[in-house]
Formats: sequence, C-alpha cells, structure tokens
Amino acid sequence: MGILEAVLLTIITAATPLLLAAIGELVTERSGVLNLGVEGMMIIGAIAGFAFAQMTGNPYLGTLAGAILGALFSLFFGFLVLTLVTNQYATGLALTILGLGLSGLWGEAYIGVPGIKLQPVAIPLLSEIPFFGPLFFKQDILFYISIGLVCAVSYFLFRTNAGLKLRAVGDNHHSAHALGVNVIAVRYMAVMFGGACAGLAGAHLSLVYTPQWVENMSAGRGWIALALVVFASWRPYRVLSGAYLFGAVGIAQLHAQALGIGIPSQFLSALPYIATVVVLVLISRNRRLTLINTPATLGKGFVPDR
Amino acid sequence: MNTFLGIAAAFAVGLAATSTALAASHEKVKACFIYVGPVGDFGWSYQHDQGRLDVEEVLGDAVETAYLESVPEGADAERAIERFARSSCNIIFTTSFGYMDATNKVAGRFPDVKFEHATGYKRDHPNISTYNSKFYQGRYIQGQIAAKMSESGIAGYIASFPIPEVVMGINAFILGAQSVNPDFQVKIVWANTWFDPGKESDAAKTLIDQGADIITQHTDSTGPMQVAAERGVKAFGQASDMIKFGPETQLTSIIDDWGPYYIERVKAVMEGTWEQVDIWAGMAEGHVVMAPYTNMPEDVAAMAEETEQKIISGEFESFTGPINKQDGTQWLAEGEKATEEQLLGMNFYIEGVDGTLPE
Amino acid sequence: MRIELQRRDAPSRRMSLLSPLIALALTMLTGCIIFLVLGVDPIAGIYAFFVEPLTETWSLHELAIKAAPLILIAIGLSICFRSSNWNIGAEGQFITGAIAGSAIPILMPEASGAWVLPAMLVLGMLGGAAWAAIPAFCKTRFNANEILTSLMLVYVAQLFLDWLVRGPWRNPEGFNFPESRTFSAGQILPEILDSGRTHYGAVFAVVLAVILWLSLTKTVKGFEIRVIGQARRAGAFAGFDANRLTIFAFLLSGALAGLAGISEVSGAIQQLRPSISPGYGFTAIIVAFLGRLNPLGIIVAGTVLALTYLGSEAAQIMLGISDKIGRVFQGLLLFYVLSCDTLIHYRIRFAAIDRRPSKEIA
Repeated sequence: MGILEAVLLTIITAATPLLLAAIGELVTERSGVLNLGVEGMMIIGAIAGFAFAQMTGNPYLGTLAGAILGALFSLFFGFLVLTLVTNQYATGLALTILGLGLSGLWGEAYIGVPGIKLQPVAIPLLSEIPFFGPLFFKQDILFYISIGLVCAVSYFLFRTNAGLKLRAVGDNHHSAHALGVNVIAVRYMAVMFGGACAGLAGAHLSLVYTPQWVENMSAGRGWIALALVVFASWRPYRVLSGAYLFGAVGIAQLHAQALGIGIPSQFLSALPYIATVVVLVLISRNRRLTLINTPATLGKGFVPDR
Repeated sequence: MNTFLGIAAAFAVGLAATSTALAASHEKVKACFIYVGPVGDFGWSYQHDQGRLDVEEVLGDAVETAYLESVPEGADAERAIERFARSSCNIIFTTSFGYMDATNKVAGRFPDVKFEHATGYKRDHPNISTYNSKFYQGRYIQGQIAAKMSESGIAGYIASFPIPEVVMGINAFILGAQSVNPDFQVKIVWANTWFDPGKESDAAKTLIDQGADIITQHTDSTGPMQVAAERGVKAFGQASDMIKFGPETQLTSIIDDWGPYYIERVKAVMEGTWEQVDIWAGMAEGHVVMAPYTNMPEDVAAMAEETEQKIISGEFESFTGPINKQDGTQWLAEGEKATEEQLLGMNFYIEGVDGTLPE
Repeated sequence: MRIELQRRDAPSRRMSLLSPLIALALTMLTGCIIFLVLGVDPIAGIYAFFVEPLTETWSLHELAIKAAPLILIAIGLSICFRSSNWNIGAEGQFITGAIAGSAIPILMPEASGAWVLPAMLVLGMLGGAAWAAIPAFCKTRFNANEILTSLMLVYVAQLFLDWLVRGPWRNPEGFNFPESRTFSAGQILPEILDSGRTHYGAVFAVVLAVILWLSLTKTVKGFEIRVIGQARRAGAFAGFDANRLTIFAFLLSGALAGLAGISEVSGAIQQLRPSISPGYGFTAIIVAFLGRLNPLGIIVAGTVLALTYLGSEAAQIMLGISDKIGRVFQGLLLFYVLSCDTLIHYRIRFAAIDRRPSKEIA
C-alpha cells in the first residue's frame, strides 16, 4: 500500500461519520427543521450499535440497531418541536444532553469490552483496480451507504415529487399546507431520517472507526456535521466534498507534525476550524446563491390552522 | 535513592497522632476519590478506580469508599473536594494535576482530614501528601523492545501535551531504543488530547503511513492499539492492560497500579500513622507494573525482563549520563544520574529525538 | 388519538406561572421512575438532588459560584436569541475574556492598586466582545451563518488558551506545568461574605440581569430587539437596522461572556489553566431558554441548573449513583419546560382521529 493510498484511506474513514450525520441533517433542515441534537443522536447510535453487536455477535445487526435507535430517539425531538411547537434550538440542545447522559448510563456495562469490527466488503472485480479499487471498492458497508445516501438524497430532493414536497415544506410551510401537503407528517419523517443517519454515523464510530465503547466518544463530531450542512449551503454533493475536505485538513495536520514541522501543534489542531470559517465566508459572500438554497422556514415552528 | 517512601515531615507527626482517636473508636474509615475523567475511560481514571476497588477488597468492612467522576478542574474541583471533606471523609485522593491548588486550599480549611494529591508538587499544609509514579521506567523498556522488534527502525509516538511527564517519557523511550539500535528513530504526533479514540486512531494511522511499525502512546484510549492490530504492526498499551484490544499486537503495557499505595495510605489513617509524604515510586514499589511480554521472540522478552529486574533492584537508572540535549550540549556527564527535580522539570528533547518540542 | 393545538388569544397568565412548576414536578416524577429502575430509593434520590445542596451555608455559596457565570452568559445570550442572532459560541467568548483580563496579572505581576481589578474586568469584556465581533462581522458583511462561525471559534479559543498556558504564559516557577502564575491579592475578585467563597461575580450577574430586564422592557432599544426578533421585515419598516442590531447583540453578549470569564478566573480559579470552563458557554444556552429569555427568569433558571450539578455530586456520594443521571435530569428538565411552555400560548386538545371529517386538510 502506497503512502498516498494509505493517507486517503485514513481520510475516508475520518470523513464517513461526518458525511452520514450531515446528509441526514441536510434532509431534516431542508424540511425546515433545525435539529441541534445531532451529537446526542449520534452517541445513542454509537452505544446502540455497540450493544446490539455485542448481544447478537453480528455487527450488521448492530448497525441496523444504531439507525433504528437513532430514529426513535429523534422522535423525542420531533414530538416537541412538531407537535408541541417548542423552540427548535433549545429542544435540539436538550436532545444532545439527554443523549450523552442516557448513552453513558447504558454503556456502563460495555466499558473495556473489545468491539466487533464491521469488516470491509470487497466488491468483485472493481476492488481489483489498482489504487482506486482498495480505496473505493474494498470498504465497510457504511462507506457505501454514505456515498449511496448522498446520491439518493440528491436525486430525491431535486428529481422526485416527494422531494419537491419536502423542499416546499421547508421553503414555505403555509403555502405547502394550503396545497394539501401534510407539513407535520413530512417533517416527522425528515426528522426521523436525520436521526437514523446520525445513528448510522454513531454506529460507524463504535463499529468501524474505533470498535469499542467509550463515553462521549462522538467528541463533538455531531457539531461538525451540523457545520458541514451550512457550509454546503444545503446541497448534498457539497456535503460530500465538505466532509472530505474537513477530514483531509485534520489528517494533513497530523502528517505535518509527524514530519517534524515546527509549528505549535495547537495551531495545527485549530486549522480545520479556521478553514471552515474561511471557506464559509467565501461561499456565503454570494448572497443570492445562499438565499436560493437556505430553507426559508428553517427553525420556525408550524401550527396547522384547522 | 529514588525512594521517598517513609520520609516524613517531622511536624506532621503531632497532627497525625491527634487523629488516632478516630481510628481507635473503630469507626469505619471513609476514603474518597475524585477523578477527572469518567471511570469508564479505561485509562487514567479507570485505573484510579481500580485502586479504589482494591482498597475495598483488601480492607473490607473496615473501610467505606466514595467517588466523584468527571470533576472539571477549576472552580468545580474545590467544591467537590470540600463536599467530601464535609461528608465525613477521612482521607481524600485527588487524582489529577489540575486539582493541585484546590486541594491545597481545602486542606487548609480541614486540618483533620488527610489529603493525597496525585502528580502535583505543592504541599502547603501538613495534612497533604503528593504521590506519583515513575512511568518513564517502563518507557525505557518499551524503547528497547521497540528497537529489537522494529524492521523499519522507526517507532510512532502519540503524545498528549508537552508537559515534563510526557517529554520525560519520550526521552526515556529513545534512550532505551538507542541503547539497542543507535540509529533508531521516533516520530511524534501531539494529539492535544488525553482522550479521543478517533483522533488517537487517526494519529496512529498517520504514523504507520509514515513508516512507523511500532506504535506507542501517551494518551489514554485503546484506539491506537486497535489501529495497530488492523494494520498488522505491534504496539504498546497505556495505563491498563489492553491485551483484549490487541491479542496479537500488544507487546506489553505500562500499568498504573495505584492499589498498593491506596491500601497503604488508608491503612495508615486507620492505624493513626498517616504522615505527610512526597512519593515518586516506580517498579520497585509495585506502582508501575509491566503487562506480560507478549508477541515477541523469547530473547527479546528475556532482555526486557532483565532490564525490568535491574530497574527494580535499583542497579539501573534510565537517565544516567552521558546524555546530551538535542542541540548537542551536555546535559548529564558520564555516570551522572538525573535528579528528581531535573526530571520533573524536563522541557527539552535529548539527542536522538527528531523534530522540535512544541513550546 | 391525536394532539391538536389551538392558539390562545392572549398568553395565559395562569399557565406562565404554572408551567415551570408542572415541568419541575414532571422531571421529579420521571426521576423517581429512573431511580426505581436503578434500584435507588426515589425519595432519597430526589432529596439528594434537589434538597441536600440547599441545606448548608457553604453549599449555598457554591451554588452562587456555579450559577453566576451561567447567569451572566445567559442574559447576554437572551438578547441575541430574542433578536434571532444564534450565538452559540459563548464558550469561546468566555475564554477570550478570561485571557484578555488575565493579561494584566500575568504580564505585569507586580501591578497593584485600585485600578488593577477594574482594568482587568474591562479588558475581559473587551476580549469577549472582540471574539464575538468576528461572527457578527462575518454575518453582516459576508452573510456567513453565525451558528457555525461562533461555534468553530470556540475550538480555536480553547486551543489558543492551551498554547498560551503551555507556552508563553506558563508560570516561570511552575516546573513547566501548564498553568500561569497565580494572581496576587489585588488582582483577585474579593469575596462578598465571610461565610463562604462567593465572589463579586455573583453580584455582577444579579445586578446586570436586573438592569438588562429594565432596559428590555422600558427602552426603545429593548422594543427594537423584540420587534426585529419577531419579524425582521416589520422591524425594517419601523426603521430598525437589523445588521446594526446583530452587531450590538453579539458585542453585548460577548462582553457579558467575557466578564463571566474574567470573573471566574480572577474570583474562583485565580490563575489561567488549560481548561477554565466546564462548558459554561454551552450550558448557558439551556439556562437562557429555561429562563424563557427573560433576564429575571434566567436568574432562577441559572440557580436551578447549578443545583442539578451540585445535586448530582450529592447523589453520587450519598447513593453511589452515576454522574450521568445529572445529565439526564438536565435534559429532561429542559424538555419538560419547553413542552409545558406550549401551554402558555396554546390550548391542547386531544381528538380521536376517526371523528375528524375527511375533507379536512391535515
């Protein structure tokens, strides 16, 4: 394995959980709901994935459990902001706190237990291609899912009727409602989709990235995923590039250190964050473009008049 | 010469005597512990909690224990310590460097309670002791093993923060390695965290990608061990025995065994013999324990065991001259041994380490 | 069965008083269930969490120390949130405030005299405001999303502090350990009473909360904030400049977070360390919402939240239960408060689905 190949593999692994969580949150936000609880759903997915993999001995069932529990957990949030029309910012934060607390309680039994790793699945023929094969066709299933989801979400949002409905709900819930779209139902589904994706991202952490359970193992990645959605101005393929860019900057600073570059490591560690701000400023300067893509009702509650 | 055990501050004796009344009354002694991380970190705080459990097991009904986990350093620490002092704890172990000033402040207010602060240096009152372990002794052995086992001649070192404790470890590692192979190299990545499995794993991958075929870490998670297992290189565990996470990978691990010290100190409170000490103990006292030497040829294991025995017997000390600083200036002359003060304030690399120490 | 909301003509006064109480009762009820599941006596659990920390003088002092930074930050955030400026980077502003204010005692250790403390406090506010100005500038000038920029700057501030205390600002007599020199007497925020550690940070918190409450309700600026927060366009028609308000809100909340930072460092910690905040800036977001973005409500909310921290410790010691319970309680409390607040503005009806006429759009 060449060094470039190895580095790219590392970047892919670091970027996959970010991508999974961000693509789910993108759909949620496109429907006009801002869920700041990604971190909480992610950590629930991580413990659920780990626990079910341990119980069944099968990491695939663990992955599935991560997605399902992530979705169920997001219903706490959904019920509050959609049915009871509570403030989305605050409710999302509550979800994060609750998720960190509950996962810690649930995980006490799994401390110091080696995890079961989700093994890579080689795709016949394609994985034989030099260089690209091992990178893109000899990966764990969550990598394939993450790429598949980006394509599927992009197709869904911009090429299907249901996607159009979802965007309509996000852009103007009143007119969508008047047109007979069940705004609340659409949003419930979008929230649950976001929860399932965040759960998958968590399962990636505890079954692929570092196959073990440790408290707070999401370590702020949920927040980065949220940042990526804005950074991508709500476009699926930009989320893809954003996640990989963020992963790459993070890995590059480690390589710079190992090569012995004499810059304080704190400055190198801060690079990904500074880079995000700079790129965001560059992207956002085009006001028109941002306005087109930003879901206009993002963060605003909706009560159907009867 | 390294053993401070039993060296008492004479003025503490009188105070200790007054508290014998408590022990005589055959009340349970309450030992309390404050951890900086969750007990579930499987690293630093986990090992301290294992020590607490040892106390419970050995001293049984005579003792009662309590702990507070994830106590942030700063204003919260002082409150947590004071709460323990007020809830009839007889001895309080504060297990992070960042608790130093808080521990000293509270100790001043509760002269009848004993305080034990890990890894610090301030003892403002007679009722506070400090303790730490010589982990660097284990790092020297790891360096030797690494140099024997490595084919590329490069080891990867995942470091947390450039404090003396960590720098000392890096230097001991390189000394050990170069005693076997003078051309041996160490590549260092500062993760700027004590605990982030993801980030530590990324650092391990980076180091392997740059040619390291032995991974060692001064961070707490088992992430790097798992990466090493996956990539088929060898690695050293940290703080606890991580063999479960790399059955084919772990060469050995430096285990922080706080149990013996905690038992001894709690017993001392029971018997009314507690005195102020400043302990920096190592392998000889059983505070630093090497996990079994695994996944290596017998001759390498034999070499490691020999060094371990020499360190235990006091025959050998890692930081013995001649040792030059990185820039080539002399630090220790032939035969000169580093003093504890020199080690505890170490903020430079020795000759042979690549890269510059972050300031 | 489904739940329907019916908007009230006017917010219910009765409910605005009752809702926090209902929320607290529900939290305790859920707490009892959790305690039962864990095999802990629920009465003892509730007592440890919500009563024990209030039974002793020293503990009340600790409550004030813990609550003060939360309140200071949260009242600033309430101005931001009311005007729809989503500053979630108060943690970073807290840190930069602490750094800026500490510049005097660290760079001029000999400094003494009556000017030192006020200068430190002012510098602290400037430091926090300067850090908050970055997302505000990026938002007004470049249209960059402030949630993201303010959050990213938290990480940058943390790493910057880390670099300072391990590098240039390290205590020269501290054996290379990562902490600054300790402040001397004239550089430390004094304690208010002899009975405990509460320092003047708590006074700042309460006084500023009251001042802010008065200005929100009695001044034109307060009116402007409320108008723009509710309807940006309406505000524009009224001649209010949303961009200027954004800058104002960020600078104000940054300054208050910075003041909290320097007060915490000067009053409670008395030196700079790699980590000086256990997440005050993030917890304060919860406090702001728990207090319904009302400065007076925030005083109560900050105290209640501080209580859950102290209670969590009491529960760990008295009952040996995990500190994660504290987190769960905080999450639940916020959930219930938010849910119950719905009752203020809406009537809730439970309707069976089958009774709904089919023509209705749902």
